[in-house]
Amino acid sequence: MRYAMAIDTKKCVGCGDCVVACQTENNVPHGYCRDWIVERVDGTYPSLSLEFRSERCNHCDNSPCVRCCPTGASHIEEGGIVSVTPHKCIGCGACIQSCPYDARYSHPDGYVDKCTFCLHRVQKGQKTACVDVCPTKCLHFGDLDDPNSDVSLAIKDRSWKVLAPEAGTKPQLYFLT
Amino acid sequence: MKEELFVSGRNIPNIDPYLNIWHWQIPLYLFLGGLAAGILFFAGYFVVRGKEKEMKTTVKIAPIIAPIALILGLFALFLDLKHKLFFWQLYTTIRLESPMGWGAWTLMIITPISFIWVASYMKELIPGWNWKFDFLEKFEAFVIKHRVSLAWIMMIYAIILGVYTGILLSAFNARPLWNTSILGPLFLVSGFSTGLATIIWMSKDANERKILSRIDLVFIIIEIFLIVHLFMGFLAGSETAIEAANLFLGGEFTVSFWVFVVVIGLIFPALFETLEIWGMHVPKWLPPVMILFGGFMFRFIMVEAGQITRYLY
Repeated sequence: MRYAMAIDTKKCVGCGDCVVACQTENNVPHGYCRDWIVERVDGTYPSLSLEFRSERCNHCDNSPCVRCCPTGASHIEEGGIVSVTPHKCIGCGACIQSCPYDARYSHPDGYVDKCTFCLHRVQKGQKTACVDVCPTKCLHFGDLDDPNSDVSLAIKDRSWKVLAPEAGTKPQLYFLT
Repeated sequence: MKEELFVSGRNIPNIDPYLNIWHWQIPLYLFLGGLAAGILFFAGYFVVRGKEKEMKTTVKIAPIIAPIALILGLFALFLDLKHKLFFWQLYTTIRLESPMGWGAWTLMIITPISFIWVASYMKELIPGWNWKFDFLEKFEAFVIKHRVSLAWIMMIYAIILGVYTGILLSAFNARPLWNTSILGPLFLVSGFSTGLATIIWMSKDANERKILSRIDLVFIIIEIFLIVHLFMGFLAGSETAIEAANLFLGGEFTVSFWVFVVVIGLIFPALFETLEIWGMHVPKWLPPVMILFGGFMFRFIMVEAGQITRYLY
């Protein structure tokens, strides 16, 4: 099993619903967020291109944050989900330094917090909160090992990219372009 | 034109607009760790060479600084933790993949060694000192008997500690300024140089100072050489590496790095040490103070600047 997400940059309008849904679902403290939207503009007027990316932890296959954690608080859950155990985390910040995507932050309570791919929902067979609320249906979540999952179907016939593949982290967010 | 915006709004403390999760505590610890490593290495080295008598400050007096520096450094590390009450989790597991993990274990070994080393010279330094307990007296006799073996162990752990202060940073692939294996030897050499500077400052024996100044001069030259190589590596590297180097070659850290670290911290003390070896009078405290200042600034700047550098996508 390998959970992953596909983000359709052509359909995303940057509304920010995924961000609010995550903050509500996961009780993210005020002023923090586990996912966010980047708007990227390329070119010069009048030939401009626009891309919206709903970003979050890439749940990398080769995750530097898990590797550098001195206590084992950062670990890999079922389906490759990268997770943090708060009572094992000492808040040293090594994982925050190691993430090329700046997807982790220091929770006001001291431990390091991040996107969990809504593990608690996924275990119940639900989708992640961000995927569930997306009004344009531009987010696709599922098991890459299952050829009929939402995410497998989404990336099957489309061109896609991952962010900073040169970092060697084998990220699992697929941005459809 | 290329423009990227967080349209959902994102302004996480210490992460945005650029990473700044490590503050003064980490560079202070890296400095104190390197300094302690330098002092302990040379204390061990001159015992192994059988020069205990000629190098009294190096072997017997200066090592008193090492445990103090290590304890202060550990305290700085503790202050840096955001989930402080869970710090003991570091010692519930051994994670060889994590530099911070094996660094924590290295400190757990070298700190007691430094205490034992200092304690084993207490009777020589303070006449009439006695340990009050029989088992401590026996332990002292055991340590004195095996001092050369202890010196070897201490030298090896001093090297590990010195290299570790650099590897701690260089293990982070996500920060291009740090992600170069030359940081290990560079921090080791710089740490040893600050250790030597401390001993030179403390030593009252002109001959001992001369020997140490000569060694220090070699370390400074190696350090300059490694810094040149650091930048050669960056400039021959990918765009992220070039961008990292540009912070020091025209960017916001240019003046602080080249003036404080290279000129005041390396070139001036090297010149003064050379003049001193040639027999000219140079205030005894001047080169060491400059080296210590440069060594601290080096770590401070590297930690600050490294956090700004990142992958571009």
